[in-house]
Amino acid sequence: MTPATTIRSLTARDAGLEGCRACGRVWPHGQAVCGRCGVPMAGPREMVLQRVWAWLAGAIILYIPANLYPMLRTMQQGKGDKTSTIIGGVLDLLENHEYPVALIVLVASVVVPIGKFIAIAVLAIGLRRRSMLSRHRRLRLLTLADFIGRWSMIDVFVVAILSSLVQLGFAAQIHPGPAAVAYALSVACTMLAAQHFDPRLIWEHDRPAGPVVPT
Amino acid sequence: MLSDSAVASGSMTLPPLDSMIACPHCDLLHMDVTPGPNERVRCHRCNHVLFATRPQAFLETALLSFASAILMISAIFFPFLDISAAGQSNNASVFQTALAFSSGWLLPLSAAVLLLIVLLPLLRVSALIYVLAPLISGLPPHRGAARAMRLAEAVRPWAMVEVFVVGTVVALIKVSALAQVGLGPAFWALVALVVVVAVKDYLICNWTIWKAIAP
Repeated sequence: MTPATTIRSLTARDAGLEGCRACGRVWPHGQAVCGRCGVPMAGPREMVLQRVWAWLAGAIILYIPANLYPMLRTMQQGKGDKTSTIIGGVLDLLENHEYPVALIVLVASVVVPIGKFIAIAVLAIGLRRRSMLSRHRRLRLLTLADFIGRWSMIDVFVVAILSSLVQLGFAAQIHPGPAAVAYALSVACTMLAAQHFDPRLIWEHDRPAGPVVPT
Repeated sequence: MLSDSAVASGSMTLPPLDSMIACPHCDLLHMDVTPGPNERVRCHRCNHVLFATRPQAFLETALLSFASAILMISAIFFPFLDISAAGQSNNASVFQTALAFSSGWLLPLSAAVLLLIVLLPLLRVSALIYVLAPLISGLPPHRGAARAMRLAEAVRPWAMVEVFVVGTVVALIKVSALAQVGLGPAFWALVALVVVVAVKDYLICNWTIWKAIAP
């Protein structure tokens, strides 16, 4: 476990350079694509923030129909038709005394998405004004949001598995509902918002609010 | 755009660009190093692991990629769950599940599920094998190795086999209220796959690979 040697505790941007996040090489400021690995360099601060807010807004908007419309339509012999939303699915599991699984679904499809909306918004706002959290804490929060986001897809896969498996004619049938599409898109949007968030912005020196004049 | 600190301190005499690296998480400049075997080099400020080398890392990563490709192919077409109720029975394979939404306007979702659990994971491991195979035997990298590596990294957050397996368990418990369910052969292949993919993604060191294919 070795800490690498730093160069006068200088960041690449303070030295007028731009680091590639994919392979680590540094280039003069303004380089569009990394000369070694060919990955596009992160854009200027305002552009990054705009993308983050755009994906986040999309995710929040899509999360509303995802919760209002049914995820699943179950047809069972003797019980008739029944539709269930995300929360309805959790309640069904609770009714059947499947507490651990109810908790997994609740965390994956309600707690994690909403927590991610809040985390990304707090981090983005924290770049403009003084943040309550230390930079180390904020970096950890972003890494966590980035890592955990994909697990929200569980509910989409559950719907897919149930609707291909439970096709038993009159006995029982399960079909996907429209919320599955809205929910899958919402999760994809939150993942993109977290991916576009450049963690290096957290470490930049405090700047006055307002657009940064490009040079 | 040069920042004040670099200009004010007159520290513009930096080492040559190709001898420096910047932390992808906090942008701190470090001297580039070639870490010794079994060494993990961390960022001085945010503790992010910059390099994690193992003597046989390329070989191990390539073999694990190969193993996961075999497991994926065998897991795709065999059923992972079977179900029976009131004399009716059915089973589901990963491939059928991906096509669960294939009727009407849910078709795009079906394509997305197919991408997330079948195509992108396979694409990622094939690209990694293509990149690593010549490096193991000390040969120069294949043409297009940089492009393949970029692809493998871009796909990484979207390859969701492990999320799918947790979804399988949730679906299993949900269905058990409706009908008798059993595990099929592919279920165990999927479980093994999750372990192999986790170990592979832990061992892989992108920056070492980039150094090897594009010095």
